[in-house]
Amino acid sequence: MMQPFRLANAGHLGGASPVRFTFDGKSYIGLEGDTLASALLANGVHLMGRSFKYHRPRGVIGAGVEEPNALVGIHRDAARKTPNVRATVQELYEGLTAVSQNRWPSLRLDVGALNDLGTPFFPAGFYYKTFMWPKSAWERLYEPFIRRAAGLGEAPDKPDSDRYANRFAHCDVLVIGGGAAGIAAAHAAAEKGARVILADEQPALGGAMRYLSATLDGKSGWLWAQEMATALSAMDNVRVLTRTTGFGYYAQNMLGLVERLSDHLAEPDPDRPRERLWQVRAGRVVLATGAIERHMVFPDNDRPGAMLASAGRTYLNHYGVAVGTKVGVYTADDCAYAAALDLRSAGVDVPVLVDLRRKPNGDLVDQAQQAGIEVVTGHALSGTDGRLRISRICVRPREGGERREYEVDALLTSSGWTPAVHLFSQSRGKLAFDEATQRFLPDTYVQDAVSVGACNGTAALADGVKEGLAAGETAARETGHRGKGRTLSIDAWSPEGGAGGMIGDSARAPQRGKAFVDFQNDVTAKDIRQAVREGMRSIEHVKRFTTNGMATDQGKTSNMHGLAIAAERLGLPVPQVGLTTFRPPYTPVTFGALVGHGRGALFEPTRRTPIHGWAEENGAVFEDVGQWKRAWYFPRDGEDMHGAVARECRTVRTSAGIFDATTLGKIEIVGPDAARFMELMYTNPWQKLAPGRCRYGIMLREDGFIYDDGVVGRLADGRFHVTTTTGGAPRVLNHMEDYLQTEFAELKVWLTSTSEQWAVIAVQGPKSREIIAPLVEGIDLSDEAMPHMSVREGRFGGVPTRLFRMSFTGELGFEINVPADFGRQAWEAVWEEGRKHGACAYGTETMHVLRAEMGFIIVGQDTDGTVTPHDAGLSWAIGKKKTDFVGIRGLARPDLTAVGRRQLVGLKTRDPNKVLEEGAQIVADPDQAVPMKMIGFVTSSYWSENCGRSIALALVEGGHGRMGEIVHVPMPDEVIDAEIVSTVFFDGKGEDANG
Amino acid sequence: MVEVLTRTGPLDGRSFAASGVRLSPAEPAARLSLRAGGDAVKALSKALALSLPLRPKSTSASGNLAALWLGPDEWLLIDEDGNDLMAACAAITAVHSAVDISHRNVAIDVTGPNVEDVLAAGCPQDLSLRAFPVGAASRTIFGKAEVVLWRRSEQHFRVECWRSFADYVFGLLEAAARDPG
Repeated sequence: MMQPFRLANAGHLGGASPVRFTFDGKSYIGLEGDTLASALLANGVHLMGRSFKYHRPRGVIGAGVEEPNALVGIHRDAARKTPNVRATVQELYEGLTAVSQNRWPSLRLDVGALNDLGTPFFPAGFYYKTFMWPKSAWERLYEPFIRRAAGLGEAPDKPDSDRYANRFAHCDVLVIGGGAAGIAAAHAAAEKGARVILADEQPALGGAMRYLSATLDGKSGWLWAQEMATALSAMDNVRVLTRTTGFGYYAQNMLGLVERLSDHLAEPDPDRPRERLWQVRAGRVVLATGAIERHMVFPDNDRPGAMLASAGRTYLNHYGVAVGTKVGVYTADDCAYAAALDLRSAGVDVPVLVDLRRKPNGDLVDQAQQAGIEVVTGHALSGTDGRLRISRICVRPREGGERREYEVDALLTSSGWTPAVHLFSQSRGKLAFDEATQRFLPDTYVQDAVSVGACNGTAALADGVKEGLAAGETAARETGHRGKGRTLSIDAWSPEGGAGGMIGDSARAPQRGKAFVDFQNDVTAKDIRQAVREGMRSIEHVKRFTTNGMATDQGKTSNMHGLAIAAERLGLPVPQVGLTTFRPPYTPVTFGALVGHGRGALFEPTRRTPIHGWAEENGAVFEDVGQWKRAWYFPRDGEDMHGAVARECRTVRTSAGIFDATTLGKIEIVGPDAARFMELMYTNPWQKLAPGRCRYGIMLREDGFIYDDGVVGRLADGRFHVTTTTGGAPRVLNHMEDYLQTEFAELKVWLTSTSEQWAVIAVQGPKSREIIAPLVEGIDLSDEAMPHMSVREGRFGGVPTRLFRMSFTGELGFEINVPADFGRQAWEAVWEEGRKHGACAYGTETMHVLRAEMGFIIVGQDTDGTVTPHDAGLSWAIGKKKTDFVGIRGLARPDLTAVGRRQLVGLKTRDPNKVLEEGAQIVADPDQAVPMKMIGFVTSSYWSENCGRSIALALVEGGHGRMGEIVHVPMPDEVIDAEIVSTVFFDGKGEDANG
Repeated sequence: MVEVLTRTGPLDGRSFAASGVRLSPAEPAARLSLRAGGDAVKALSKALALSLPLRPKSTSASGNLAALWLGPDEWLLIDEDGNDLMAACAAITAVHSAVDISHRNVAIDVTGPNVEDVLAAGCPQDLSLRAFPVGAASRTIFGKAEVVLWRRSEQHFRVECWRSFADYVFGLLEAAARDPG
């Protein structure tokens, strides 16, 4: 088994099975429990990627989510290619296929690396400076160039074939982070009986126990963590979520977590989700998110083989992998000493440990010296060599002086630890800068949260565990779990903790070579200084000018360094330069996880009427009206839309048509004050409307403009059956409810939506009464007994009905309301009767044409929220004696009574065959210069088979006074002349609506 | 004599079972939206032979008639025997509003040990027994649809939605049911 850098007696993977995988087509073997990064390192592969801008060869930097360099594509199949996966996070599975990114033709030989030689031409702010002129080059040259160069990796070109799930959850205590402090907090809270969720982004709990030489309750830290995980999972009141990242902290202790369910599996079950989004509402949140180590900033600090000290230690102590055979160390804090000692104990040569500090002291320093490691203090690294792998480091005294060189094949660096305050900061908590340790730490909490352990700046393991226990117990108590259960104590010890260290450039002087601050976006210390020199003062500007911290890693290792360099250059204290904002997500989240189940048919409800199935079976073409599917027209064999609509329009006026009007909004208004409420909500008078009669009502907004309309039937003194437009149903109910609860709260009346209680079948046309008569029981349909605009209750097809006599076509017409479950059968019964009279089924297009022939408006089509009833020619619908209704004051505003307002008129084109375009603009003089003065626009326009010509409605300035005038509609290829006419086009000749 | 029409429900013929959960459309039922102020509660309770619940999220039942508290002046009455609830309210003189919504709503019975997790795929409320005990009911959302949840037993929720949303709600329940654990 070829894994030359796997050590026999190191790590936690002992006894794991071998796993085959490929990287850039080459086969390797790793172990179960490896990440892609640890498996590649076990095989001696450090070169894992190319940097974004300069295409520099790059190796792995970290061992966790902070990784900026080792981004790869994971390809399962054509639909499942995930770009920019951190090799340090991707778990190995049998047959894993990984490919490197941002290189051509190969990772080892990359043409793009020429950018590196062209560095002087790509300074900070390059894009902003270079692509300014000439303007014409932007579209043709610059944008295509930038687009090609922008972005990393290859996106899949097929729809995502994976499934994603969503889950809302509630708990008393949510613990983010399953390191020692988080485990302690979860355990303490759970023992007190609280409902606990413990989430950790890694495959197993343990956090820093992967690499620390820690002892907890007499066991190794790693073993303790695994035992605790088992114990916690067994508790009924605890949910342990591994592979789960807390990525967002929102208002009122709502957190977003994403759980990765199958990215680690060789053969994921296609029926199971790939990821699950957890939206957790927590009583208390314990943040135990740890800290992230920073690299040292010095020239050529980016060669493959150079990585964080904690990463080198994790590969050794957890994965049993030596990151090299001669490993140099460069540090400004104590942690790296522990790494050097661990490597030395594992038999790895550590030729030199360079410490920037002049006089470091402490146990670890002593131990390193005792172990025979050459410790060089007060020195800095001035450069490195090696093309695809680091081969040499150059060491100089801090103040300058003679330079020494050491042969190495790996380099561990540490400048200290940045507490992971991302979620705390997202919660709107305020950070404070701790001068002594050069860290931003949680200061003022805004939500019910507490930070424990390393993310709280607590260095020693024992202190972090103590904080965790206390936080867990307090959180349980504060959520009502006091008294019962054990109070825990955990005996914890570790030789070192995550200290603050130093931030900024370790050389602090001009030098040759690039000293990288942000590896992923190729931002150097020099770039930051240049940004300041060019006038950037706020860190927000420095960030955007240099792109520091703007890559997918969001500056986890780079932000503090960038800030310190800018502050030093500006001569200001760090807090005065500011800290960039932490925004969700903490690590990248797939769109799939956010969308969850809401794809395809579940993206948005599709609403269908009970009659939909019949329409579908009978060839209807449907249109979307809001969430509804409505039958648009019913083409017969060989008919196009025009032919079908012409036939349907003719048939309705000569025989009858049957129309599914179920989608109309319906509101039942019930109570002794129902009529008073109606008076207030509509412009029309209602008090005198007798039960059994209907009226067309208009509803205004406060500002006097038309909001909705519909026919209203009075069923009893205290009961109205209101109809609204299809699209207006929910908002009209809200509008009414709003006024009822706030303005007219004293009225004894209630509103109930009955839109879906009733299926509505409109039968319109001279034969309509004959068609429905055989099905109606208990209602006299004669003109005398049931005149136009009336409503009766009785039975239809043996079931209860509300039968309206009304017309939206100008013809004799009825609307049959039956309980919705009877809709389909009722329709079929009407259809059977209708066929005897030559009736047809018609759709929304014919409905639109027929109403336009009569000049009936459609709210939202012929009105646009700036049209009053007067403008629409509906002044008759305003109760002249009424002293109050919503909008009455608005209607009196000077602008709404001014002359020259746009008013609804009819248009007849001079050429009767010419159908205007809806939305087309209207001018008085077509010969004026552009831009022309537009006096209105076309709102509705159709071919009217019944009129034998085109008809249109339009809003035209002063239109009601322009009857007979010719106006002009300029189109791209011609100007169409039209005459302003009345809105009523069809002159009913037969039996009209009044019988 | 007119032939009496037959019923067709939007979920006729649908059913679904996955490990730990079963979805089945409920039988048609009579439903009433009852609105009234506190002063009418006594008279209404008497007429309906059931004491209207007054606490948020609570329900009361008498035989197969149940009243679900939806708001301070609003109850959803469900009679699984299909009795004419409008008729039952017709004689009440206390001020109230009774509206028949038997056909507006459709119900789905969701049963099994995973019922809480399945509903939690689309409902942001806390559905644990502690927060949502047996007999609790609430008007809430499930995905993008408004629903009324009613916990009939530890492992049985009745999900009421408007009929045109039934296909969506059933579909989302199916998708959620395929996500065990």
